[in-house]
Amino acid sequence: MDSSRTRIVLDDSDIARAVRRISHEIVESAKGADELVLLGIPTRGVALAERIRAEISDIEGYSVPTGALDITLYRDDLRLRPARALEPTSIPPEGVDDRIVVLVDDVLFSGRTVRAALDALNDIGRPRAVRLAVLVDRGHRELPIRPDFVGKNLPTAVGEQVRVNLAEIDGSDSVTILEGESA
Amino acid sequence: MKHLLSAGDLDLDQAITILDTAAELAALTDRSVKKLPTLRGRTVVNLFFEDSTRTRISFEVAAKRLSADVINFAAKGSSVSKGESLKDTALTLEAMGADAVVIRHNLSGAPHRLASTGWIGGSVINAGDGTHEHPTQALLDAFTMRKHLRDGKGDLDGVRVGIVGDVLHSRVARSNVLLLRTLGAHVTLVAPPTLLPLGVETWPCDVSYDIDSVLPRLDAIMMLRVQGERMHDAYFPSALEYSRLYGLDSARMSRLPDHAVILHPGPMNRGMEISADVADSPRALMVEQVANGVSVRMAVLYLLLGGMKEND
Repeated sequence: MDSSRTRIVLDDSDIARAVRRISHEIVESAKGADELVLLGIPTRGVALAERIRAEISDIEGYSVPTGALDITLYRDDLRLRPARALEPTSIPPEGVDDRIVVLVDDVLFSGRTVRAALDALNDIGRPRAVRLAVLVDRGHRELPIRPDFVGKNLPTAVGEQVRVNLAEIDGSDSVTILEGESA
Repeated sequence: MKHLLSAGDLDLDQAITILDTAAELAALTDRSVKKLPTLRGRTVVNLFFEDSTRTRISFEVAAKRLSADVINFAAKGSSVSKGESLKDTALTLEAMGADAVVIRHNLSGAPHRLASTGWIGGSVINAGDGTHEHPTQALLDAFTMRKHLRDGKGDLDGVRVGIVGDVLHSRVARSNVLLLRTLGAHVTLVAPPTLLPLGVETWPCDVSYDIDSVLPRLDAIMMLRVQGERMHDAYFPSALEYSRLYGLDSARMSRLPDHAVILHPGPMNRGMEISADVADSPRALMVEQVANGVSVRMAVLYLLLGGMKEND
């Protein structure tokens, strides 16, 4: 870890601006907030979804139902690693049927997490539409999936690691790139 | 972890991981689609050499909710009744590609034999062997107690549990003592001396012959079934006397602290170890135990089969 170089690409005010802009875009594209449901993908997507909820609440004066969607049991790489512990899933009591669900994650990379989230959502209900919001899109998609709301497009090499730190989990806000071979 | 043979094999972290996983999986019960794709393409064999309805159905529901294929192999009416050995049965199941074998056997140690011989490449889950162990029952009991006494989180540190009745023939009691000890609970076994196993003084728990002195300081009481089918001697003078001395009736229930809960692994003998009004009271959690059993068994199947295959 010491030999590889770390580069900060977004600081706390960059992240705050990105979250604010994404929140505005979500409200604008949905023509209001009253049909929305925000579902964060653990771990950092949940914290981001909560921040977006707070921003939309400031803009529209309405608190969008917000929850968490764990995708562990729907992953396509379960058999490549030892069984993992599950993260909490909490679906808002309003449910997802006929609503516009916005999936929220920190980094969009291969697209496999989002594929799993779409499968998980399918077992919970039938939303009117599903949108995807990510703080960082680092490219290298392996599936035909694209984000609707992006905080920052970040061209990276496959071997680099993108790390999102959020105050709720990591103590402070930043997005960093670790260069070098995959650590 | 490849097999689940004994509740004593679980350390604190593993036990809590199973309970936490079960807590997440329990949410599935409230969904319209009660199914997860996690074990798609895996085969779970229920190998039952002894009568059991609720445990077999519970494992079957758990495996099906995780999308595993389930094969039920009951010894009655099978090749076993024609004299086939455990080894040949196991080799047959292995040849058919079983990823996990859930075994219930009337002889203590049969699951261990299956797991340690290499007859079977997959996981072995003990669903009750003789008078030895029944680890998933202990896990579901711990899950139920944790939900009511510890808000569904963490361990059971400081919880006082009384296990009352036929400890001698009970695999549930042994598994519970081992697991509850790991989770930090304090267990008191209550039974007549004739229904306590040899060497019980070496178990990590207290022993009492007097239920009434134990009742006021319990957080949970677990009534064991008097196992008539395993009793070939006179262990107590009469059913009426047993019921009077060790049965839980409403008078005894009123001496439990207000927050204390009542468990029974089932099937119950109403009027014997537990009276009908106690069994039907809101403090008795038997129906919830059954539901929790499915969640806990899903957690065990997921943690044993959901990841990479272990080759130890």
